[in-house]
Amino acid sequence: MKPVNQKAWLLVLPVLLIVAFSAVIPLMTVVNYSVQDSFGNNQFFWNGVGWFAELLDPKSDLGSRFYDSLWRNLAFSGIILAIEIPLGILVALSMPRQGWQVSATLVLMALPLLIPWNVVGTIWQIFARGDIGLFGAAINGLGIRYNYVSDPVAAWITIVVMDVWHWTSLVALLCYAGLKSIPDAYYQAARIDGASRWAVFRTIQLPKMSRVLLIAVLLRFMDSFMIYTEPFVVTGGGPGNSTTFLSIELVKLALGQFDLGKAAALSIVYNLIILAVCWVFYTVMTAADARADVDAGRA
Amino acid sequence: MARITLDKLAHAYKPNPQGPQDYALREVDHVWRQGGAYALLGPSGCGKTTLLNIISGLVVPTRGRILFDDKDVTKLPTEARNIAQVFQFPVVYDTMTVRENLAFPLKNRGVARAEIEARVAEIAGLLDLTSALDRKASRLGADAKQKISLGRGLVRPDVAAILFDEPLTVIDPHLKWQLRSMLKELHRKLDLTMIYVTHDQTEALTFADTVVVMHDGGVVQTGTPEELFQHPAHTFVGHFIGSPGMNVLPCKVEGSRASLAGQEIALARHYSALAGKIELGIRPEYATLAPRGAGLPVRIARIDDIGRARIARVELDGLKLAASVPEGASFDGDQAALSLQAGQIHIYSDGHLVKGEALAGGQP
Repeated sequence: MKPVNQKAWLLVLPVLLIVAFSAVIPLMTVVNYSVQDSFGNNQFFWNGVGWFAELLDPKSDLGSRFYDSLWRNLAFSGIILAIEIPLGILVALSMPRQGWQVSATLVLMALPLLIPWNVVGTIWQIFARGDIGLFGAAINGLGIRYNYVSDPVAAWITIVVMDVWHWTSLVALLCYAGLKSIPDAYYQAARIDGASRWAVFRTIQLPKMSRVLLIAVLLRFMDSFMIYTEPFVVTGGGPGNSTTFLSIELVKLALGQFDLGKAAALSIVYNLIILAVCWVFYTVMTAADARADVDAGRA
Repeated sequence: MARITLDKLAHAYKPNPQGPQDYALREVDHVWRQGGAYALLGPSGCGKTTLLNIISGLVVPTRGRILFDDKDVTKLPTEARNIAQVFQFPVVYDTMTVRENLAFPLKNRGVARAEIEARVAEIAGLLDLTSALDRKASRLGADAKQKISLGRGLVRPDVAAILFDEPLTVIDPHLKWQLRSMLKELHRKLDLTMIYVTHDQTEALTFADTVVVMHDGGVVQTGTPEELFQHPAHTFVGHFIGSPGMNVLPCKVEGSRASLAGQEIALARHYSALAGKIELGIRPEYATLAPRGAGLPVRIARIDDIGRARIARVELDGLKLAASVPEGASFDGDQAALSLQAGQIHIYSDGHLVKGEALAGGQP
């Protein structure tokens, strides 16, 4: 038998330490908080799964706040996916294929992605204002009453439009990459076969884009499900609680009310939801890959 | 059914072409007769794919016209021409089954369902795809995919010509042979014009009745495989066709005698005063090496066994050429005598064949 050199563990030590301090210890702290009740002077009392029970009970105050913001979050992700994915595909389809226009378009498209999120929030906070904002004032000028500070519908529209403005280019760029990988012969064959524009999209472009689209959906879902900065800057979660998403709720609990136990329980559930969705996406994607591998293996 | 006429066709990918160097395809006049099996042969970048794409309508030529029978189709889009094309890399619609792939061109043209089914069944039978009809096309091998591409052309009852753009590039060698025989058989059965682009002379010569050799954007010779072999109209054709290619050697010609590296050679034809760069072409098959005796004194560099024959690489006063070695011949040392068959010597001026006049009988 080969001698085992236990000193090799030392080589892993730095990584273990970094991961411990960056992830494991903070997470365990949260777990620790979630099973205790805290009072001033650093007094902690064991509360078992009490916070979790309260959180998941829709009739309690905490539970209703949790479910309300969860549904808001899901609705927001659903809406922006329903807009950004088709819009991104459309934009990608109409982007130029060659010449100097390609680089110009790519740079312009990438610009919103490069802006820090709180700056995006500030831009739209001002842009959408009814009195001095170009967007808000223009809409009010058309005779449509629009005030995102007092009207929940206007607030939602503002946040959705902002997100679409901010992130559609990501979807478009991913789709564009997928489109670029289609050899010309496919389009030529389709022309010879007399395929309509729609048939070309359905039978060539969409199947070839499916992989990148899955990535785009995953990224956009995750990001929108964790959204915090932009709505916080634009609406602060209001009017009322109408744009309070899970992350905003969490900050209110933890830093506003200093309810560490409730906030910790919410954090863990929030985290588990995201992990679960990640796992579903990962499974779907690897299953698709495995199918593609089978195809390639037979070819 | 159509005869395809290329009328003074030329194409440049640049706008405002100035000289001939700007043209990817120099002026071409050619008639593809209905039902012919043609090969378009030439090295990469010689303009053969451009020519093919002009015929199929994927490229609109800069100048000239293209006629199907007597109808001018120069500006007609691809889908309105009775043309099918098979590309270098197999194109199949990944999400569809083989059956749906074959039905696709008919469906797009609004053909009735019953007719589609009948046609698909018939073509699948011809291409030996019947058993795979309900499988996903993306799961098949490259050869089956290429058959599907071809099948999508064949199902259309109105197709007059099928164009092949190096269709066997990605096919395994042993399947290449099968597919090529299948193509020949289809051509016999279906009375279709087939134009087959390739840079592989074996493919071209085995597939086609008529081979069109292209070089540097122009057609240099059109003929049967035998004509190309026996009477190359251009030194390029001599080089490109045959393995090894024709020997092309600088020489001087006076009347019916050529002088090659200081040696006098009798020619079978008479040439009046020639201008330009004069070269003599002879195929290795007609240049025979003997251990001694009459002939040009050459030095043997090496002898290659290429399977069906032995080919010697020899030097004649610094000029390198290939010659055939008769069966059973053996050589001591590196000296040998080379004899050229006078009737198989061609004379070229600036690359183009010079016909010369037949000699009055009896003269050496």
